[in-house]
Amino acid sequence: MNVTQTAQTLLSNQVSLRKVDKVFSPPGKPADAVHALGPIDLELHHGEFFAVVGPSGCGKSTLLELIAGLSTATSGEVAFEGKPIEGRIPDGVGVVFQEDASFPWLTVSDNIAFGLRRMKLPPGEKARRIEKALAMMGLVPFANSYPAQLSGGMRQRVCIARTLVTEPRLILLDEPFGALDQQTRLLMGDEVLNLWRKTGATVFLITHALDEAAMLADRIGVMSARPGRLIDIVETGWSRDRDSRIVQEEQFGAITARLWRSLRQESMKAIGKIEAAT
Amino acid sequence: MKSPVLWRIVILAGLVILLEVLCVAGVIDKLTMQPPHRILTDLFAMLATGALNKAIAKTLGNALIAFIIAMVVGVTSAIVIHRLRRVRDTLEPLFATYYAIPVFAFYPMLIVLLGLGDAPQIFIGAMLGVVAVIVNTLNGLDRVPGVLLKTARINQMSPVDTALRVTLPCASPYILTGAKLAVAYSLIGIIGAEFIMSSGGMGYEISFAYNNFDNATMYPLILLILLVSISINMMIARWEKVLMARRGLR
Amino acid sequence: MNPQTGQLLRNTLTLIVVVLVAWQALYWVVGDVALRSPLQTLAFAAKFTSTPQFAAHLAETSKAFGLALLLAVVIGLSIGFTLGASRFLSDVFEPMLVALYSIPKITLYPILLLAFGLGMSSKVAFGTIHGVIPIALFTITAVRNVKRVYIKTGHVMGLTPLDMIARIIVPAALPEIFAGLRIGFSLTLIGTLLGEMFASQRGLGFLLMSAIGLHNVDLIMTLTLLLTVFAGTASVVLLALNQRLYARS
Repeated sequence: MNVTQTAQTLLSNQVSLRKVDKVFSPPGKPADAVHALGPIDLELHHGEFFAVVGPSGCGKSTLLELIAGLSTATSGEVAFEGKPIEGRIPDGVGVVFQEDASFPWLTVSDNIAFGLRRMKLPPGEKARRIEKALAMMGLVPFANSYPAQLSGGMRQRVCIARTLVTEPRLILLDEPFGALDQQTRLLMGDEVLNLWRKTGATVFLITHALDEAAMLADRIGVMSARPGRLIDIVETGWSRDRDSRIVQEEQFGAITARLWRSLRQESMKAIGKIEAAT
Repeated sequence: MKSPVLWRIVILAGLVILLEVLCVAGVIDKLTMQPPHRILTDLFAMLATGALNKAIAKTLGNALIAFIIAMVVGVTSAIVIHRLRRVRDTLEPLFATYYAIPVFAFYPMLIVLLGLGDAPQIFIGAMLGVVAVIVNTLNGLDRVPGVLLKTARINQMSPVDTALRVTLPCASPYILTGAKLAVAYSLIGIIGAEFIMSSGGMGYEISFAYNNFDNATMYPLILLILLVSISINMMIARWEKVLMARRGLR
Repeated sequence: MNPQTGQLLRNTLTLIVVVLVAWQALYWVVGDVALRSPLQTLAFAAKFTSTPQFAAHLAETSKAFGLALLLAVVIGLSIGFTLGASRFLSDVFEPMLVALYSIPKITLYPILLLAFGLGMSSKVAFGTIHGVIPIALFTITAVRNVKRVYIKTGHVMGLTPLDMIARIIVPAALPEIFAGLRIGFSLTLIGTLLGEMFASQRGLGFLLMSAIGLHNVDLIMTLTLLLTVFAGTASVVLLALNQRLYARS
């Protein structure tokens, strides 16, 4: 690899994890330490849609929190756009959680405006961005409603819109549709693809649903049972303008099948059917 | 007729009328209680002449100061205590005991420390209210979902900003419950202290009137205190209801 | 002893040490004019509690408090179960109880004095009105929150109304009812003491009031200590029982 190539990989890698481990040790009881994650090496390219699937409890969410700066790696390095994160929340990153994180005391548009509060924007620009986010997520008629008046799916849109207004370069999605029904999930998937195309941001999605990962992502990382490591990376080869109709394609079935092949053993470990040693 | 509100009004009106009849008929003698209409006319007369306005202003003003202190100190300490698990666990038995302790016993000491002015009374009022505020605020803070705090961190909010814009708004219905109690306790503190040792204020005037069999002053003053505390309470309760309804609760 | 109770006990001991240290420190700052040190107070308390005068006042207060607590519990639970069982009745009366709970009841003492006279009945009444409302309010909520499916199960098994209360509603609602009783206990105690302070010529409350009037710092400190120790012990015991009930449900 020559110098230009190295520079290019650095440029095109938005997030890089090197030998990252996460160990949870309860204070004062080192014997009860849990090796949750790692070692993990991973590069996320600029503008790609990367999904992570894995058995429950494998540390998927921990991985996301490390990239978000919500927690610090026990060892190894996590870098965003070339700068180490080390537990500080980097600029240009947005997160949507599985739980409803809309603020019940603010209206929908105030919730969205909340995302902008630390950015120093002229009032006109603020209003324009809020309008745009409302329109993008189909929330215009509900701008002055309170979250409690909306369905779970609509509240999740509010949270996505609140992230979008900041125009993040990296969007982290932590099972954002986990609490929704299957049909709503497929439609929300289409909307996420749409956003991803329009914003040009990198998307990192955590999910337990294999079909969701297969439909949405360019690349899919498969994680092992705890301690979570990446045991496979699947390239889907979808075109950029895909939508949920690809579920009928042969390739979709093949991808889902490959994911399951890699995961079956791990999932059985996770539910305790076979010992981790075998 | 199935409306609870209507029933409530009918029952209250019935009770007042019953009291009126009993008083006018002499079943309850004049020295014990005045008929309700007399109390009301006496109250209007009292407010119109302004003879006791100074006492009323003193008591309500002091209660307001005590209330504000209880709220500010209570909410601030709750935020701090909430972050210190050990401190909170240690204080738990104190919170459980606090309202059985006769706080008025400290009044003489406070007079020595703070002088004979309004300060010791305000101190007692604030001291009584502050624990109710702390306990209820802690209760509210316990119920702030973790994901909202994560959202605050993602938005790079400082601890102070997080408290002001996320934690406190989220806990506000519970803080209002504490506020309702703090209103009552600050009045109790001020008036109780005035009963014990004071040279002015509504509590002093009530006990002075009682000792002089002056029911025409005593009952209107008591009614006024009850009216003030109930109306403030209802105002806060209404606000609380709006907040809860907005969140789809109750 | 379950771990929770052990923890409560440890916390209480820590708190006592903290209070004693703060008390001693305050004494050094304030001095003899208005305060006694913990040791001086204990010494005076030991002497004072062995006098017949103290015994008489203590008996008086115990009697008043016991009566007031009994009345508050019986009336409070009756109101609570009646209103808790009927949506309509609780809709009508609960807001009235909440309003009563929020008024500064201390202002009512002259009325109680005029109605009951100076003595036992007016301080019992004062204690009762303080304790009865929280007991009633907590019981209403507790009864109302009993899971519908328990009641249905009881109906299916053909329980009589009395059995329904004794075997289903009370056990299911017990932790929360007990929380009400705990608060009712504290407020009845303070109510009785306030009643004695303002509307009586006997009892520990009266003694405290006259000590305040005479600026007898020894007596003020001793009475406050004794009352706080009693209230504190009772509260911590009740809190421990309550935690155990909650842990079970």
